[in-house]
Amino acid sequence: MVNLIWAFMAIIGIVYAMFNGTMDQVNQALFQGADEAVTLTIGLISVLVFWLGIMKVAEEAGLLRILTRLFKPFVTRLFPDIPKNHPAMGYILSNFTANLFGLGNAATPMGIKAMEQMKQLSQSDKASRSMITFLAINTSSLTLIPTTVIAIRMKYESAAPTEIVGTTILATLVSTTAAIIVDRIFHYRRVRKNKR
Amino acid sequence: MTLITTLSTWIIPCIILLVLVVATWKKVPTYESFVEGGKEGVSMAVSLLPFLLGMMVSIAILRGSGALEAFIEWISPFLMAIGVPADIVPLALVRPISGTAALGMTTELIQSHGPDSFIGRLASTMQGSTDTTLYILTVYFGAVGIRRMGDALKVGLIADFIGIIASIIIVSIVFL
Repeated sequence: MVNLIWAFMAIIGIVYAMFNGTMDQVNQALFQGADEAVTLTIGLISVLVFWLGIMKVAEEAGLLRILTRLFKPFVTRLFPDIPKNHPAMGYILSNFTANLFGLGNAATPMGIKAMEQMKQLSQSDKASRSMITFLAINTSSLTLIPTTVIAIRMKYESAAPTEIVGTTILATLVSTTAAIIVDRIFHYRRVRKNKR
Repeated sequence: MTLITTLSTWIIPCIILLVLVVATWKKVPTYESFVEGGKEGVSMAVSLLPFLLGMMVSIAILRGSGALEAFIEWISPFLMAIGVPADIVPLALVRPISGTAALGMTTELIQSHGPDSFIGRLASTMQGSTDTTLYILTVYFGAVGIRRMGDALKVGLIADFIGIIASIIIVSIVFL
């Protein structure tokens, strides 16, 4: 699926440019996009190294285990095929926590670690059930305090920059719940199909 | 307001403080562990580069050519028919594809309509309550080499759609 989407975005863009005389912009966009990706990756290095370092210390200090124990009843239900004391749980939870507090930077390294652990469990290059659940929750956003948006609102002199926190939390709640439900529906459809 | 600003500046240093205090207490070799954990970060970022670059170039072509805009214009009437405000349509469509583009659009909407307008509030809420599905999929699956994504993209996009509709309904109820 991602192969199709990836190729189609470029194909449609180039073909469209042929007929609309925007080839110049395509040429420019091509290398700008590549440039941006490199800049983004370099920016990611500092974030990844820093947070993975801190996470390693937290792991060895037993903090991840405490976090896992705290939220066990909740996450074991969300991720039934991950063994209860598996390190993947600790990383999943720290990713969720970082997301909740709007620490987008810190969430990515922990999410990648969680994926790594889940891949070790499934031993395959196919997305496992728990990986899909994990991504569904992540893509629906878990932010409680959208700091970036608040900053933009302050910049444009909003009378109440934080008044959207409430609606954001509500909307997040709806989209995350929807993500979990949709994920479950797809999962059970898959299970039924495999049985037949 | 001050509480939230204070909270967001205090939280990271406080987490680090907590980790370091507990680790030192438990006699973990803190600096050595930090370096060991951090080492992984370099290779992780480098292995991510081709995935990110490929995706970003493809998105850049689509945007640069004007095809994305044309598509948004073409699909807008359908979305408006189900009650999605016209000004918000481009943001709703771009949000899952590109985080930077969405942030730019949100800023633009807030700037031109004012942060305390209906559109301003709606854009703010949508920006905060959704995430860049394609980016997250690329980064998380790319980093660990998952090639077959299963239903992940479909689930993510459906949830995005529900989230956008929910934002519109919630903002209408709260602020209108």
